[in-house]
Amino acid sequence: MSRPLLEVAKLTMRFGGLTAVDELSFRVEQGAIHGLIGPNGAGKTTTFNVISGFYKPTAGEVRLRGEVISGLKMSQVARRGVVRTFQHSTLFAELTVRENALVGTHMAFRPRILSALLGSDTQDRRAAQARAEEALDFFGLLALAEVMAGDLPHGHQRALGMAVALAARPEIVLLDEPFTGMNPEETREMMELMRKLRDSGVTILLVEHDMHAIMGLCDRITCMSFGKLLAEGNPQEIRNHPEVIRAYLGGARHVA
Amino acid sequence: MPRGLAWLLLALVLVALPHGLSFSQQEILVFLTINVLLVASYRLLTLTGEWSLGHVVIMGVGAYASALLSKRLGIYVPVAMLLGAGVAALVAYILSFPLFRMKGFYFLIGSFAAGEVIRLLWKRFRDPFGGPKGLKRIEGMPDLDLGVYALDFFEPITYYYFAAAVVAFCLWIMWRIERSPVGLTFHAIHWQDKLAEASGVNVRAYRTRAFVLASGFAGFSGALLAHYIGTINPNSFDVEQMVFVLTWAIVGGTATFYGPILGCIVLTVLNEIVLREMGFEQMRPLVYGLIMILSVLFLPKGLESVVQRVLSARKTG
Repeated sequence: MSRPLLEVAKLTMRFGGLTAVDELSFRVEQGAIHGLIGPNGAGKTTTFNVISGFYKPTAGEVRLRGEVISGLKMSQVARRGVVRTFQHSTLFAELTVRENALVGTHMAFRPRILSALLGSDTQDRRAAQARAEEALDFFGLLALAEVMAGDLPHGHQRALGMAVALAARPEIVLLDEPFTGMNPEETREMMELMRKLRDSGVTILLVEHDMHAIMGLCDRITCMSFGKLLAEGNPQEIRNHPEVIRAYLGGARHVA
Repeated sequence: MPRGLAWLLLALVLVALPHGLSFSQQEILVFLTINVLLVASYRLLTLTGEWSLGHVVIMGVGAYASALLSKRLGIYVPVAMLLGAGVAALVAYILSFPLFRMKGFYFLIGSFAAGEVIRLLWKRFRDPFGGPKGLKRIEGMPDLDLGVYALDFFEPITYYYFAAAVVAFCLWIMWRIERSPVGLTFHAIHWQDKLAEASGVNVRAYRTRAFVLASGFAGFSGALLAHYIGTINPNSFDVEQMVFVLTWAIVGGTATFYGPILGCIVLTVLNEIVLREMGFEQMRPLVYGLIMILSVLFLPKGLESVVQRVLSARKTG
C-alpha cells in the first residue's frame, strides 16, 4: 500500500484533566475528500488545531508523507503544504478581498524589504496578483476584488476564506465547517467547487456538521466521539455503522 | 499632472516656511521636523498591532550612540548618525527576544520596563553616558563648504533644510515599505495574526522586522536631535515624551500614513504658537490630556478622518 499523504498516529491532546483527543489514528490518502465528523465536543476542531500546528500534541504524531510535522509552528506546517481555514469568518476584515488573497500568496512570493524599496520585485508582485486573482476567480469573487472583506455577505466570506487558502497552492487544505451558515443553494455550489478543487489535485480534509454535504461529498469519512475514533469508512459504511448511529441518536440534536 | 504639482507646491512651502518665522520659531521648526520622523516611525511599529512605550527611549539610544561615536571616536557626524540609527535597531533586535514573547497589553508594559532599564543604565553609568547630567558639547554637523556657499549647520534654517531633506527621504522609505507586500503582511498580522500564520507568515519574524525598522528610524531622529541641541540627558527621553508621541499618534489617527504626522504638526503648532503666545506653556500636559480625551470622545478616528471626509466629498462632489 502506498504511503498516505497525511497520517495521524495515536494522537492525544489533553487540556488539564480533559482529554480532548484520545489516541486518534487515521490516514488521508492523496487526492481524496476526507470528512471528519462526530457529535459536538468530539474533538474534531482540536484535531484540526493539532494538525495545523496551532497546538502541540500531548502525545502521538502527525506525519506528512512520512515527515513528522506535529510540534512545528503553524507557519512551518503551512510551508510544508498543509493550509487550513478557520471556523466562522476569520478574515482580514479591514483589507480588500484582493489583499486577502494576496496574503495567501505569501509563501510563494516571499516579500523582501530591500527589493521592495529598489522596485526590483515587480515581477513577483505581478505573479502574486495573477495567482490571487486566479484563486478569487475560482470561487467567483473576482468581481468583488476591491470590496472590504468585512463587508461581504456571509457566504462570500466563507468562500474568501477558502480562496486565501487556495492562493497558497496547498497540497492539502483543512476546512473547518465550510458550510456553516450557507443556504442549500450555496452549499450545493460550494460542494461543486470542492470537487473541482479535488480534481485539480488538492487533497481536502474537512470537519462538517452538515450530514447531507458530508455524505454527498466525501470519499472517506472518519467519525469521532469523545476524542476517540468511532468508525471509518466510505459514506455508505458510515451511514449504516451501528456505533455511529448510536452516537448520533444519543445526541440527535447535533445532527444538522 | 496635478499630483506632481501638489508635491512641488508642498516642497516650495517647506522651503519658504522658515523665512517667515522668528529665530525661536525656526528652532521649533527643526524640532517639529525631527518629531515628524519620530511619530512616523512609531506608526510603522504599530502596523503589526503592537503599541510600545519604549519608542522614545529607543530614539535616545540613537542619540546617545551617535553622540558618543562622534565624541569619543571622532567619527564624522553624518556617519555617526547612521551608525546611531544602526545601534538603535540592534538594541531593538535584542529586546525583541524577550518582548515578543508578549502581546497586546503585556507587550506595552514590557516595552515600558525595557525602556526604563535602558534609561537607568544611562543614569547609573557616568562613564560613558555622563550619568543624570547626560552628554554635553556634542559635535554639531560640520560646516559644508559648497564653494559658492558655506553651509553653517548651527543656523536653524540650514539645519532645518538638512533635517527636512533626510526626514523626507526616510518618510519615502517607510511609505515604500508600507505600500509593498511587506507592508501588506504587517497589516495582515494586525487584523488576524492566526490567519496570517496559517498562510505561512512567520508572525514573530515580521513583528520583529517592523520593530527593528521603526527603531532604526527613531534612532536616526534621536541622532538628528542630539547633534542639533548639543546636549542630551536621560530625562530628554522619559515617559512624558512618550506620552506626547502617543498623543500625536492618537489625535492624528493611525489608520493612514499621514495621520500621526498631522497630529504631530497640529499639536505642535497649537502648543508652540497658541499656548506660548498666551503664556500657558506650563499647562501643556493638562491641555494635551484634555485634547486627547476630547479627540477620543468626538473624533475617535483622529484628524485623518476629517481629511478623508473632505477628500472623498471632493471626489464625489
